[in-house]
Amino acid sequence: MRWLLLKDLRLLRRSPLLVTLLVLYPIVIAVLIGFALSRGPDKPQVAFANLVPESASQLDLGGERLDTSRQADVLFRAIDPVIVKSRAEAVRKVRDGDVLGAIVIPEDTTQKLQSGLDPATIEVFYNAEDPIKSGYVRDTIKSQVADANNALTKRLAKVALGFLDLIATGGQYNFLGRQFDVLGLERSERILKEARSELPAGSPARAQIDQVMRFATLARTNLDLSDDVLASVGTPIRVRQVQLDGAATPLSSFSVAIAVSVSIMFITLLLAAGALALEREENAFLRLVRGLVSRTGLLLEKAGLAAVSALAVSLVMLAGLGLFVDLQWDRFHLWVAGLAAAALAFAAMGLAIGALTKEVRSASLLCVMLSLPLAFLALVPSGSVSPVLYDAVQVVSAVFPFKPTLEAIDAALNDSRSIVGPLLHLAALFCAFGVASRLALRRFA
Amino acid sequence: MAADPTAATRPESAPAPARVLEAEGLVKRYGEREALRGVSLSAGRGELVTVIGPNGAGKTTLLTILAGIVAPDAGRVSPGPREVGWVPQQPALYGKLTVAENLRLFARLERCSEPEATVERMLALTGLGDRAGDQVVKLSGGNRQRVNIAIGLLGQQSVLLLDEPSASLDPRQRERLWEFVLGLAEAGTAVVLSTHNIQEAERHADRVLVLADGELLFTGSPRRLKEAVGQEGDEGLEEAFVAFLHARGH
Repeated sequence: MRWLLLKDLRLLRRSPLLVTLLVLYPIVIAVLIGFALSRGPDKPQVAFANLVPESASQLDLGGERLDTSRQADVLFRAIDPVIVKSRAEAVRKVRDGDVLGAIVIPEDTTQKLQSGLDPATIEVFYNAEDPIKSGYVRDTIKSQVADANNALTKRLAKVALGFLDLIATGGQYNFLGRQFDVLGLERSERILKEARSELPAGSPARAQIDQVMRFATLARTNLDLSDDVLASVGTPIRVRQVQLDGAATPLSSFSVAIAVSVSIMFITLLLAAGALALEREENAFLRLVRGLVSRTGLLLEKAGLAAVSALAVSLVMLAGLGLFVDLQWDRFHLWVAGLAAAALAFAAMGLAIGALTKEVRSASLLCVMLSLPLAFLALVPSGSVSPVLYDAVQVVSAVFPFKPTLEAIDAALNDSRSIVGPLLHLAALFCAFGVASRLALRRFA
Repeated sequence: MAADPTAATRPESAPAPARVLEAEGLVKRYGEREALRGVSLSAGRGELVTVIGPNGAGKTTLLTILAGIVAPDAGRVSPGPREVGWVPQQPALYGKLTVAENLRLFARLERCSEPEATVERMLALTGLGDRAGDQVVKLSGGNRQRVNIAIGLLGQQSVLLLDEPSASLDPRQRERLWEFVLGLAEAGTAVVLSTHNIQEAERHADRVLVLADGELLFTGSPRRLKEAVGQEGDEGLEEAFVAFLHARGH
């Protein structure tokens, strides 16, 4: 078997294109994913026309001045703004395809905000030439406007709370540069209490003062409660997230697990299936199994070659991705365990494919045609299809190594779950596909 | 390679050589179809036996059973596969390995005691010493077949089975192949080969086996086959072979 392994390594060395692809593939994937994770999506170009005159950009909310022109800075974090001077220019830029969308802030925006009677309306124009990008622009602007609304609501609630507090407890109030002393319910109650104590016992005015004091107390208590009510108005719906199932893996780390799973799948399947099919394509298979090597020995040699090569390439890929994403290097031994189990399971599946085919090309084609849909199926989330179909998807995914590979690598990289289950699953698939490939060799070779 | 390709076949009066290959009552079925029906044959040391027959006669099936690749449904073969050299119809070589690397790999797999010396010997035998470092994919069909045969001989077995070795070779390459095979037989190897080329069988074989529909119809020298159909004179074996098949309803 040693000589066969050396022969296969020599053949690999003499296939520079294949080896280059095997080495370059994980590097390119790692770099692409790394850039995608570290840079995020490009900002869409959006025309921005702020028609509010500079003199009217200040908003007075309960004595607090708010510069509305500065609120655009928040929006500019999500878009690449192309500043224009008029609504017409903004619309033209959208029509000409220079920008994906346009935002127009009308002249009366601050007036409407100040009055609080009519909601201020901003105009948004889209270019739907590219549905994906226009959808992204729409969602971005909607999200930013929702954030701005939320911020303004909070400010308004704060101002309203200040007024209510002034009514409840009293204090100084500034209006048009003049200071006013507001008595407030608390001080009123105190004054009434003092006035009551000076009244003779049995005075009918005492009962009237008691009535007013009870009202003042009740009003103050209820105004204290209004803090919570107004806070709820500012954020009427809050979100409390409870994770019931699955892994608490950051998106970037899960992307790494997917990238490594896809790479190890392709490399192992193609190598194992190709190496076995090559023995038949070169007509050497029957010569070998005529007592020189047992069929099982031949399968083990190919599985070992494919698994070790894929393991090495995957580790190189992970090291490359480690430049972009924080990986837990102290879990390296678990990486190796997960990757090795995955590589062996895929190698066994590759051998089953290689045993069915007589040529390297057919084997490669079959590998790609089988593995891509299976990988896609394994990524179908629950709830996205009907329950019956999802159960079927789960069964199909469990029969092939991609899903347990993803789970094992995710567990190894991110400590998201126990790795033992996926490892046992992969071991079972290795045995099952190993038996299938041995039977296929007996039947078809 | 020293044998004269025009040399006459072994005289029939010569004593029978010691048997090194024997098969009895070989039966092989593929579903309902019987590919071999109770075929028995033998080959002696240094004897050159050709198996001829129409397409689908069972020639390749017979050779693969003799080589131990396919198990018969009935019958027995002696000796076992490790003691029989086998040369498949299509060269079973690794195209990206050199001639020497192919020989070295199979010499090691055959567990030859001195692989390097064996490789040198085979290179000398095939006359491909000057091409030892060339990748097989760059060799002509004839030279590939030489390497293919050399690999079949690595185990130094006393029996060599060749499945249509001259198919797809041009006349010059066929000539060189026969020089090689006759040299092996002269050196004492029992050679059993299948062929569609009746002229080659007539020219070189000590014995021919006529196989049709999985049945062994004739065993004997080419001359006896001619006699069996009453042929005399200069007519070739091909006519006698066709007449023989007609007479037997094939």
